[in-house]
Amino acid sequence: MKPIVRAEGLAKKYVIEPGREPYRMLRETLAKAIRSPFRRRGGALSGAGEVWALEDVGFEVRPGEVVGLIGRNGAGKSTLLKVLSRITEPTRGRVELYGRVGSLLEVGTGFHPELTGRENVSLNGAILGMRKAEIEAKFDEIVAFAEVEKFIDTPVKRYSSGMYLRLAFAVAAHLEPEILLVDEVLAVGDARFQRKCLNKMEDVGQQGRTVLFVSHNMPAVTRLCPRTILLDGGRVLADGPSSEVVSAYLNSGLGTTAAREWPEPEQAPGNGVARLRAVRVRDDEGRVTDAVDIRRPVGIEMEFEVLEEGHVLVPNYHIVNEEGVLVFIAVEQGTRWQREPRPRGVHVSTAWVPGNLLAECTLIVGAAVSTLDPVRVHFFERDVVAFQVVDSTEGDSARGAYGGSMPGVIRPLLNWTARHAAGPAAGGESHMTALRGGTT
Amino acid sequence: MGHCYARRLPIRKILMVMTSSNDTGAVSPVPPATGIPRRVEPAGAAATLGQHRLPDEPLVTIQHGSSWGGLDLRELWEYRELLYFLVWRDVKVRYKQAALGLAWVVMQPLLMTLVFTVFLGYLARVPSDGMPYLLFVYVGLLPWGFFSSAVLNSSGSLVGNAHLITKVYFPRGVIPAAAVGARLVDLAVASVILAGLMAYYRVVPTAAILAVPPLVALTTLLALACGMLTSSLNVKYRDVGVAMPVLMQLGMYLSPVLYPLSLVPEDWRWVYALNPMVGIVSGFRAAVLGHEFDWYALGVSAALTLALLVCASYLFRRVEREFADII
Repeated sequence: MKPIVRAEGLAKKYVIEPGREPYRMLRETLAKAIRSPFRRRGGALSGAGEVWALEDVGFEVRPGEVVGLIGRNGAGKSTLLKVLSRITEPTRGRVELYGRVGSLLEVGTGFHPELTGRENVSLNGAILGMRKAEIEAKFDEIVAFAEVEKFIDTPVKRYSSGMYLRLAFAVAAHLEPEILLVDEVLAVGDARFQRKCLNKMEDVGQQGRTVLFVSHNMPAVTRLCPRTILLDGGRVLADGPSSEVVSAYLNSGLGTTAAREWPEPEQAPGNGVARLRAVRVRDDEGRVTDAVDIRRPVGIEMEFEVLEEGHVLVPNYHIVNEEGVLVFIAVEQGTRWQREPRPRGVHVSTAWVPGNLLAECTLIVGAAVSTLDPVRVHFFERDVVAFQVVDSTEGDSARGAYGGSMPGVIRPLLNWTARHAAGPAAGGESHMTALRGGTT
Repeated sequence: MGHCYARRLPIRKILMVMTSSNDTGAVSPVPPATGIPRRVEPAGAAATLGQHRLPDEPLVTIQHGSSWGGLDLRELWEYRELLYFLVWRDVKVRYKQAALGLAWVVMQPLLMTLVFTVFLGYLARVPSDGMPYLLFVYVGLLPWGFFSSAVLNSSGSLVGNAHLITKVYFPRGVIPAAAVGARLVDLAVASVILAGLMAYYRVVPTAAILAVPPLVALTTLLALACGMLTSSLNVKYRDVGVAMPVLMQLGMYLSPVLYPLSLVPEDWRWVYALNPMVGIVSGFRAAVLGHEFDWYALGVSAALTLALLVCASYLFRRVEREFADII
């Protein structure tokens, strides 16, 4: 069958001049031109700040296919979607699109806080490329989907963040282009609404529309997309049935980098107060590892540089599982820096998660450093490192001798007490006795 | 080997959990839990889409430097509804936010007119071609005020809408155009006051009043050309935004807003008319007050507007491809 999307040799170069905004002052350019009039202007002078977000990406998508796009942060997924949706231009290569494209890189694009829900639906619909008649025809459906009927004539600045996101997603979900490009927008609202969104996405796929779906949510990708493309370093690393590509991705260690370092301080996340240098996962013997025994403690280490004195800095971690569920947040606690400002220089903070607590799964770490009172986040880098928790089969972990599937967000090894409360009794009361015996 | 299995396990497990806990999903039932992803095979939809609806030629081809040339008018026309909504948003938000709302639009030219009338008309005795100075200045401020506020609004529009530009595709020209369009509403409101002033001074409009709509159109095009130039420059060079108010202030004194065209020595009038707003402001006054048109100045305005518009759209088209990367 003829493809509806054909991309070949796509490449995209970004020029990053360290420490400065991409726009500049006219004065500087003029001054530069006067000083060295024969040199070509533009960022490519040194070549040092060039980043290839995409290098030679090619693929074809047939009509009606639902394709997942996965890869770790910086693999080029978002850049690819931006190129396909014509927001940014490729440096090389070409794309042929044989259908109307709708892109959903963010929910609520163009929402204005002063306007009412009704007004924002019209505006947002128009921005996403819907016709006026189309918006009017679907208006009631959109409002019902968002569950904001009562507040539709209230300015959205008075909405709760949940209502706002629901309305924004509802508009986007009713977009009906032939090719739909979706960036991770499903992470909105509560779990129930997220499921509703996933179902809606599934409907879209079943209506025969072509969908390209970027996500970090592997279960969602496997469920929604029969086919998945894995990107890494701006190239297509794998392209095939989702179950195979997703497990290859998880096994390859691409998704689970146990250590991430920023050798170039300019590119590290941070601000003038603190800057991240590295995050590592270590086992209890201090080795950097991406697979830890469920029974042993695991250390999450953050190396950061303090650039400005006089702040009480609080390193913290946000641990998320593969489903996107926030398992826990850890805040540095019990060290001398809890009240004392940290001096300038490099600091290392390690949080030790005890053994026999985490479930058997992949955990993804987000690392942040904040100041409290008032809360100010100096950096918050999501998905920095990840590690697998591997259960043992030796019988001394929380699963005991049980070898089957064991869902759950955590898997703590608990203290159990058990006693033989009574000997065999006559009649049907033995069960009740046993239960009562357990609670006393 | 055992290690490997342990790693593979979680995904399948989560799949099972996810697919089996769909009981609260309100919209559509989810395929039964299998743990194995299913290939979605829509019965007929995909097939028909593929065989009958796919055009032979791609609707869009994306490649480097593909958008060369002048403005794609066909595409702009396709996005006219977005243009309408952006104008509507600008107007609505402005009138909603300002406490005085509509009154502010009326007050601004009126207050300026009063101040100029007192100081320039009564005290400095600036000539006004025999008209009451107040009416004379108001008629001049009308097109000038529209032009300057439209250009100022437009020059900051691309940077102000950066969040749209980096997230959605549409012809970027819609944004500065909408910023100009929003100010047309102000012009309409200010025109109502003009009608009142004319009635007060018992000025009966002549047939020349029919020249007003084409003049407004000309002003709009000129503002659009300037807006496209300055807004795209502003994306790359942020000091344009700072310079614009100053330039606009100067422009007012270089146009016959506060004084008549006849004040400029005849020998120098051809240079003076190189400011395209000269023809427009004097033409506007001639149309409303029934004076002689200065056809030379008007012709220069029209020619310059056209030339500027062609240059601006060409330049805009050339740089709009980079907006999302540098904004």
